[in-house]
Amino acid sequence: MFNKVEVLETIDMIEREHLDIRTITMGISLFPCIGATAEKTAQNVYETVCRKAKNIVKVAQQLSGEYGIPIVNKRVSVTPVSLIAAPFPEKAGLIGKALDKAAKELGIDFLGGYSALVHKGTADYEKIFIEGIPELLASTERICSSVNIGSSKSGINMDAVKLMGEVVKKTAELTKDQDGLGCAKLVVFANAVEDNPFMAGAFHGVGESGTVINVGVSGPGVVKHALENIPDANLTDAAETIKKTAFKITRAGQLIAKEAAKRLNAEFGIVDLSLAPTPVMGDSVAHILEELGLECVGGHGTTAALAMLNDAVKKGGVMASSHVGGLSGAFIPVSEDIGMIQAAERGLLNIDKLEAMTAVCSVGLDMIAIPGKTPATTISAIIADEAAIGMINNKTTAVRVIPVPGKDVGDSVEFGGLLGRAPIMPVNTTDSSRFILRGGRIPAPIHSNKN
Amino acid sequence: MRAVVTVTGKDKIGIIAKVSSFLAEKGVNVEDISQTLLQDYFAMIMLVDVSELKMELSELAKECEELGRKIGMSIRMQHEAIFNAMHNI
Repeated sequence: MFNKVEVLETIDMIEREHLDIRTITMGISLFPCIGATAEKTAQNVYETVCRKAKNIVKVAQQLSGEYGIPIVNKRVSVTPVSLIAAPFPEKAGLIGKALDKAAKELGIDFLGGYSALVHKGTADYEKIFIEGIPELLASTERICSSVNIGSSKSGINMDAVKLMGEVVKKTAELTKDQDGLGCAKLVVFANAVEDNPFMAGAFHGVGESGTVINVGVSGPGVVKHALENIPDANLTDAAETIKKTAFKITRAGQLIAKEAAKRLNAEFGIVDLSLAPTPVMGDSVAHILEELGLECVGGHGTTAALAMLNDAVKKGGVMASSHVGGLSGAFIPVSEDIGMIQAAERGLLNIDKLEAMTAVCSVGLDMIAIPGKTPATTISAIIADEAAIGMINNKTTAVRVIPVPGKDVGDSVEFGGLLGRAPIMPVNTTDSSRFILRGGRIPAPIHSNKN
Repeated sequence: MRAVVTVTGKDKIGIIAKVSSFLAEKGVNVEDISQTLLQDYFAMIMLVDVSELKMELSELAKECEELGRKIGMSIRMQHEAIFNAMHNI
């Protein structure tokens, strides 16, 4: 049984500290949808997604009402579309548009999985598919796309890295009337995971079963509040407090995930332990780091504080859930975190520090606005650096940068809603093109040979 | 099936009476009740049995919220599982 203090603690977490279930994401396999033509496949995809996810919004509302905890997003992830569209890659857009239509009909904000996995090599059909991503992102509203270009086991596909620099640039240009918003829905991964419930990088991996429920919890505000109560504690005690808080948050996620899976006739997949910020005050990962004693996120000590936070969240969460997966760590998306936005605006947080931070947390250089004139090869080089960190450290890394057309350092950009706002951050302007244009594949690191 | 009702806000006359008669009308049985007063801040926690409930728990939770608005308090009804999950191993 629980006591009075615990009841009130839970209620405070929800009412004042923004504890919520960030997302219930239904993973759906699209393999049974493959038909003889692209048109038939698109039709099957639309029908399958609408049928399987029909009740996702309703069930989420029900659970939210019963347990008294907000469930912010209801989402769907699907099998990487490049696989479903392999026989007719020129027409993959039809499937993308069918998915967009399904998402609108279901009332879900994002649907992920317009994706390709090319970490070792790029098949002809995948190259055509990837080249079509900018057009698809510009002509749909709710589709998210991701491409995996490297892994610890296979090395980094530098031809794909080169291509993705161009794809990011083109996506920005095609959505320039929205300040390159298309790029906010495009993630370039190394070591992508198959059960990530968070957008924009969610897709339903080929090793997954037919229909799965994955849940992402959140609660940076809860962690910050817990730390506010122990301002003079040493870091051992601070880590302990974070661990305990993460445990409680994750238990709420596990409860909702199991119940949602039951009511939606799906398998319970995983709980993702990430601390996901929003641009709202009191929901910031940066502010946790500052609560630990940094004057401003981005200063010296940031990487160490983040490493501790990330690890403590995992340790607390792992015991609270029967299956942990997804990305599971602290997110540092610049435009989506009020503390990061403030630090970037003051010029105290730069892309180099963010790169260091990505070595110790999930996931990568995320939601960073950069000058629109940044060459594609420089974006590719940023991707290559991130992928190298992921490959060597056996972790997921990602790049989601927005080269905002027509804007430069000193300007800022407003994406609205959960995507937030960001000042344009400077990038190193030296030329990396000769390195990128070499192409080929960076071999897998020695420690990948474990057999 | 049990739920937890929490009532918080500025203390005033008749809170318990109003909340418990509302719950009785809905077929909800109060099993345990405790209240605290911190200066004039009132917090009441009720453990209630909702197995005889004729409506969905999420609907009743909404009605509780509305009653709270009417009497100027914050009233929440939540399935007990959320507290068990978060505070017990």
